[in-house]
Amino acid sequence: MAAIFTGAPPNSGPGYSFTQTPAPTSASEPRQHAFYPYTDNGGSTLGISSSNFTILAGDTRSTSGYNINTRYAPKLFHIDSADPSSRLVLSVVGFAADGEALAERLDTVVKMYRYQHGKTISVGAAAQRLSHVLYGKRFFPYYVHAILGGLDEEGKGALYSYDPVGSYEREQCRAAGAAASLIMPFLDNQVNYKNQYVAGSGVGHELQQRDPRPLERKEVEELVRDAFTSAVERHIEVGDGLQMMVITKEGVEEVYRELKKD
Amino acid sequence: MDTLVAQYSRPSGQQEGYSQDEQQELLQLTPPLSLKFALPPIAQPSSWLRAMTDDYSNPNCPIKIAHGTTTLAFRFQGGIIVATDSRATAGNWIASQTVKKVIEINNCLLGTMAGGAADCQYWLAYLGMQCRLHELRHKRRISVAAASKILANLVYSYKGMGLSMGTMCAGVTPQEGPALYYIDSDGTRLSGNLFCVGSGQTFAYGVLDAQYSYDLSEEDALDLGRRSILAATHRDAYSGGYINLYHVKESGWVKHGFSDTNPIFWKTKLEKGEFSNVTSELE
Repeated sequence: MAAIFTGAPPNSGPGYSFTQTPAPTSASEPRQHAFYPYTDNGGSTLGISSSNFTILAGDTRSTSGYNINTRYAPKLFHIDSADPSSRLVLSVVGFAADGEALAERLDTVVKMYRYQHGKTISVGAAAQRLSHVLYGKRFFPYYVHAILGGLDEEGKGALYSYDPVGSYEREQCRAAGAAASLIMPFLDNQVNYKNQYVAGSGVGHELQQRDPRPLERKEVEELVRDAFTSAVERHIEVGDGLQMMVITKEGVEEVYRELKKD
Repeated sequence: MDTLVAQYSRPSGQQEGYSQDEQQELLQLTPPLSLKFALPPIAQPSSWLRAMTDDYSNPNCPIKIAHGTTTLAFRFQGGIIVATDSRATAGNWIASQTVKKVIEINNCLLGTMAGGAADCQYWLAYLGMQCRLHELRHKRRISVAAASKILANLVYSYKGMGLSMGTMCAGVTPQEGPALYYIDSDGTRLSGNLFCVGSGQTFAYGVLDAQYSYDLSEEDALDLGRRSILAATHRDAYSGGYINLYHVKESGWVKHGFSDTNPIFWKTKLEKGEFSNVTSELE
């Protein structure tokens, strides 16, 4: 249950030691899949928030099946970029057409809010609106995993992740898309210090968990780059370029780095 | 002729932006019941939706909706205990270990989340809105019976469309005392003393039924809630993460932590000698 999110393991990726037994498909309903309006365009996104900034990143490769359609298809969208005080960035991965439709929808919703209320929407409110936009297509879902980044009212980094039909949760870090199962464990360990213990604090049950701390911008940018260069090595749908958006109180800064193109 | 021309031409500048109606539509927070939800352009939307999203009947479905859970709530002399795990799974993938499955509808009503996360989040938020409107209209708080019925009628109106939720509504009101209702997406609505919902429900029932009594002290009741979820996280692979504990009293609900299961497990094992199926030897 729950929220959330995110990505299923790659079909051919790290295998599991067992397979879930499928429910006995009752012979009564032969299923037809004639209407299949989705394509998985691959790629991966990730977001990390800290005390005074949020970084979102995504690779720029777009695939369908084993074909690479383009090496530059951005997955990150600066929402309401016409407003100089806008600090919202949406990242979407999954079916690119749905992703772009969703970004445009959120963009209009955020603009409308500004026109009607004369102020910039807060991330909390934008996050809830995005959830409702996604849920509005509960019976014909957007095939996307969205991550929304921004700064909250206290100036702290804010990051919200969504499942395709709109359940959402605020988190410190989240990876989505094809390589989510490769990147997320790395982030758990390096951002939230999961399974890291204080050296010399004892053996066995005496071991003390290492407490997470807010990371510096430079550290986070390095983590993002490491996460993607590693994912590129092991996932065929990830590569070509890395698009990063750094959200600080000064504004939204876009950074592009090359990734391997094979 | 003029009408025909007028029909197919329009002054430049018109219709370029969103019309008043469309603006209103974009700003509409909750879709009215008239089914404002987008539907796929086919004859059988629900079977198509199942093919796309139900990973149980179709493990290769493209859209994995998060599932899997243990939630429980029980009535006792001091109010109601509500406890949940925090794991969300999509197939074998653990999508999140930090899900808030207790939804704070308002400061005296709680809902729990099992089934589709988005369905529960969205409709319980909608229920919160309806409860607030009831307060404003009638100048008193809504009863738990009425609140749960709003939800039950709502999901019943969507029956067959593919909603998936198993939720419990817990609250204490002066007229009803502690009240607990189970509502699911089939339209079932039951009142009772004790419910467990989700893939780990059987494991939680095992512990809860064995130890439950209406006269439990507050501390014992909280311990029992925590212990039942712990048992479920131990035996149900789809449950785990953190234990989310709440106590609902007449003055409102009180949160008793969002605590990691691992240290609780080892404390239970080492201090109480339970879980003897697990070894604690280092070698």
